[in-house]
Amino acid sequence: MAQPKDFGFGEDEKMVRDSARKFIGEHGSIEKLRKLVGGDPDPEKSPESLYDAPAWEQIVELGWTALAIPEEAGGVGMNMATVAALAEVVGGHAFPSPLIASLLTTLVVREASGENRNELLGEIAEGKRVALAVTGNEGAWDIDSATIEVAASGGSVVLSGFSRYVQDGGKAELFLVAGRSAAGLGLYAVPADAKGLKVTLDQIVDRTRDQATLELDGVELPASAVIAAPADGTQVLEKALPALLTVVAADMVGASEWQLQTTTEYAKTREQFNHPLGFFQAVKHPIVNMMLEIDKAKSLVYAAASAIDNKPENAERFARMAKAQASDTAAFCSDRSVQLHGGIGFTWECDVHFFFKRNKHNQFLFGDGAYQRSKLMKILAG
Amino acid sequence: MSQAAKKDTPEQAEYRAYCRKWIEENRPEEPDFRLPLQAIEVMDEGVKEYLQTWQKKAYDGGLIGVDYPTEYGGGGKSGMQTIANQELAAGDVPYFINVIGLGMCAPTIFHHASEELKRRFIPQILSGEMIWCQGFSEPGAGSDLASCNTSVVKKGDKWIVNGHKVWTSLAHYAGWMIALVRTSNHDKYKGLSFFVLPVQDTKGVTIRPLIKITGETGFNEVIFEDLEVPDSYRLDDVGKGWTVAMTTLTHERGAGTLVGPNTGMSARGATRTQRLLELAKKCRRNGKPAIDDPFIRDRIALVAVWEEGLAQNQRRAKVPGLTDDPMRIPLQGKVSFTELAQLAATVALEIEGQASSLYIADPMAPDSGTWPLTFLNSYGNTIAAGTSEVQRNILGERVLGMAKSK
Repeated sequence: MAQPKDFGFGEDEKMVRDSARKFIGEHGSIEKLRKLVGGDPDPEKSPESLYDAPAWEQIVELGWTALAIPEEAGGVGMNMATVAALAEVVGGHAFPSPLIASLLTTLVVREASGENRNELLGEIAEGKRVALAVTGNEGAWDIDSATIEVAASGGSVVLSGFSRYVQDGGKAELFLVAGRSAAGLGLYAVPADAKGLKVTLDQIVDRTRDQATLELDGVELPASAVIAAPADGTQVLEKALPALLTVVAADMVGASEWQLQTTTEYAKTREQFNHPLGFFQAVKHPIVNMMLEIDKAKSLVYAAASAIDNKPENAERFARMAKAQASDTAAFCSDRSVQLHGGIGFTWECDVHFFFKRNKHNQFLFGDGAYQRSKLMKILAG
Repeated sequence: MSQAAKKDTPEQAEYRAYCRKWIEENRPEEPDFRLPLQAIEVMDEGVKEYLQTWQKKAYDGGLIGVDYPTEYGGGGKSGMQTIANQELAAGDVPYFINVIGLGMCAPTIFHHASEELKRRFIPQILSGEMIWCQGFSEPGAGSDLASCNTSVVKKGDKWIVNGHKVWTSLAHYAGWMIALVRTSNHDKYKGLSFFVLPVQDTKGVTIRPLIKITGETGFNEVIFEDLEVPDSYRLDDVGKGWTVAMTTLTHERGAGTLVGPNTGMSARGATRTQRLLELAKKCRRNGKPAIDDPFIRDRIALVAVWEEGLAQNQRRAKVPGLTDDPMRIPLQGKVSFTELAQLAATVALEIEGQASSLYIADPMAPDSGTWPLTFLNSYGNTIAAGTSEVQRNILGERVLGMAKSK
């Protein structure tokens, strides 16, 4: 299938993006962000899962949780360019919300098949807060690194072990958990209130999200909880991986663009030595470099989205490129955004630290730039 | 290519088919000499004639200047040069020698010259019968182009030219030059005017080759001593030289209204990534194939990501919904592509390791020594036509709106 020249980003897709810009612009304004997560700076305070619950209800009403769900499963069936655009807007406001976790989970679940899958997608569409628990004990980036053990017990399954680095796990009502048995990796829907499940929030740097560790101690689930059978789990995850990388990359593109615009604005207004900072090329040129890096990352994100929809055989190649470029872009833009703000940029009161921390977090999520490049070379050179 | 072809109008599709067939039937014989990497490096009379004959043939075939009006020797169409360029690139044919003329002189003359000059000069530029060069930079005016100081003074109904132009590519073969000159010292910008000047075997003009760090020539210095020219050689009004120069530079940056004919040298053959992968399979590094070295693998992947990122930038530049500022990507082109080329050459030397010491004349040099040559040459491109630093100023000021740097 030929790839659309416009990445599949036409009028309908633009309408969703523009409405997201408007809604998140209002509900995720910098003032609201500061108020929500910029409170007590104490690094030792108990971790919290902070988000605007009424705004989440409206997001569900707007249909964004149904966006990536295929029509046959009761969703809206919008393309990947729309999902990327939405993630870009979320990142552009460092918007704390269950939305990214919902999208990531959806993108995995939709690659499965069967009745349980459709049921779960239906619940996600209706606003059930979900999170992806696929990372094992050691936090390895390989998508099949899960270390939870699965045992069959009559008609049900029993899950035991740890799942770590669960993004926005503190907000979730249900987890999609990857677990291992002799037959391979399976995917299971585990309610947050399941008996034997303990959810502990990690003490993390980035406060625009939360992160959890799941401890499953003999969690017993009915057959209806099996989303992907043991033989199918790895394949489902691998098929979904390009989309996961694309969403995280898009989030970083949005956040990096915020860093670019905010740092540019500061370089226009702050004066030293009788000139605005941007007059000095030691400030101007690195800001331009931020833009050069962001544009490559953004183009690769939409190329990946387009490949996922139209040319799946190229999806991993483009998604690895997008995540590689976006990870390095996020690191570079974060670095410059604080440095070029000078003293104020180093303080808690300056907003740049929210985006700095979100980008640094996403840089390593599902693998950093160097890791993505090593995977890319497997495709290019074997 | 097939992707571009799918969007063709019936007229474009017909022209594309014509170009394809023409190229198939008129492809020049493979030369028995090494073609330099770029047209501006041609130093040999035989090579020059080979390329001039090829350009004339392609012009007569209707593949050059197709978007220019017929009265100026063009094809009288619009939006067709891009199609010819795509087919020429896909056809893997040699480049055209009159690159400066086609890319910069003809569009500048078309937009700013008198009817008489347009009729006289545009056809010979398109056909390649007359080679043209561009006289902008001077020893004292590089990045700060508007400080150029070649003086042109009115004497009766003539103008007298005195000054010194440098980095003048192809001047050694050129008959004519487009020149940015100073007609007044009262104002830096409004004191500039624009002329076409005869440069070959002309009294008052001396052309000397400058040797690049590669050891090859490829550009010249041109010295004017009391050259006399008529007023009819002036483009636009006296004092409008900077405006005219902007037209030239816009076309040089590939953002002009007239698409220049080109053979897509960068599209010739494989992508940079593919060439590096091939090189890394051939070369050994530290006792094992370079392609198995984790550092080399990371470096090649970096080039691959950058190269694809720029390709996808070109695709995204045409999607208004995904570009909040329409000039943002086009203005990045020069700095991005020249720095990518430099990175790719840098990585190639890393892949070659010790063998990167072997230059073009060494029989043992990998890829015939073209990588050290490309690496050296890459600095020409990050410096010429507005250094990378000037490009970053332009981006910071025009796109991001930061204060103008001095």
